[in-house]
Amino acid sequence: MTPVRISIAAAVGSVLLLLIVLELIRGRRLKERYALLWLATGLVLLVLSLWRAGLNTIAGWLGVSGYPPAILFAAAIMFVIAVLLHYSTVLSRLTDDNVLLAQEVALLRARVDALEREDAREPATEPRAG
Amino acid sequence: MNRRVVAVVPAFDEEAAIGAVVAGIREFDPEIDVVVVDDGSGDGTAHAAAAAGATVVRLPFNLGIGAAVQTGFRYALEQDYDVAVRLDGDGQHDPSELPKLLEPLERGEADVVTGSRFRDEGTYRPPLGRRLGITWFAKLVSLLSRQQVTDTTSGFQALNRSAISLFARDYPSDYPEVEATVLLLKHRLRLTEVQVEMRERETGSSSITFLRSLYYAVKVTLALFVGIARRSAVPTEGSPR
Repeated sequence: MTPVRISIAAAVGSVLLLLIVLELIRGRRLKERYALLWLATGLVLLVLSLWRAGLNTIAGWLGVSGYPPAILFAAAIMFVIAVLLHYSTVLSRLTDDNVLLAQEVALLRARVDALEREDAREPATEPRAG
Repeated sequence: MNRRVVAVVPAFDEEAAIGAVVAGIREFDPEIDVVVVDDGSGDGTAHAAAAAGATVVRLPFNLGIGAAVQTGFRYALEQDYDVAVRLDGDGQHDPSELPKLLEPLERGEADVVTGSRFRDEGTYRPPLGRRLGITWFAKLVSLLSRQQVTDTTSGFQALNRSAISLFARDYPSDYPEVEATVLLLKHRLRLTEVQVEMRERETGSSSITFLRSLYYAVKVTLALFVGIARRSAVPTEGSPR
């Protein structure tokens, strides 16, 4: 069985994580879509730390006989990996978007330049800066 | 010639060479519009190119060769050109070879024509490391595309509208020519190679460049297989990503 103190510490940790995530959402410093995985992490860890018999059973299924809290670590690590993987996909998308924006800006600037040159050729327009 | 042709020239910190490149193309055929894509250069590349008579598209920061070339193809698509030719900004591609590249397009025999240094007996003998890389990719791409491709790293190309519109939507990033070749064939565009000579560039052969080449070789090989396995080769406009 998991030592009670570990269960309490894990529960307190999970609640803290949940509170911090909620506060970040409330302060609009974290978008909901990115917070979902973190909320899921906090909730699952909270459940696993409070539901001591359940943790024991799961440990049994996985053949972890000596030390059930290892399942807590395993769950936490899995969620961290999931969050990181999610970030990599977000990063890839942002990179693509960034390239697209830079290209679009460059093409638009070329068109503006061309229009300004056309404009400048016509008489009685004010001189351009730059 | 009633077909409108644009020359796409990617350039990064090529202040010294770009003027001559642009002038060379215009001298060869004044009908060809030249667009120089300045890939976030820190020197006077844009100014030198404009002074030589090119349209300059300035990327706000350095995107790398693939995205820079793609910017040029997007320009060609936007401005409704029939043919785009791509030449490097360092002057290694000789504009007087252009007719060889344009001919198969004119005859409608190909969608893309690549200037290859190894098609026939060329005079170019690259150093060992580079030759290994070039051979590896030529063999691999030939195998994957079931068509003989001799030079997958050549950036000297002519494209018709189908190819321009494909590359405007999707173009790979590092050493893009290798992946682009596979992309082309996957989309059933017809690729032809013609023999060209290229002007030599000084090539350093320190261990760092060797390691870097090896790194790129591995990376591009991976990218090739990813490209083949990719579910939709080209994300269609507005598709969720």
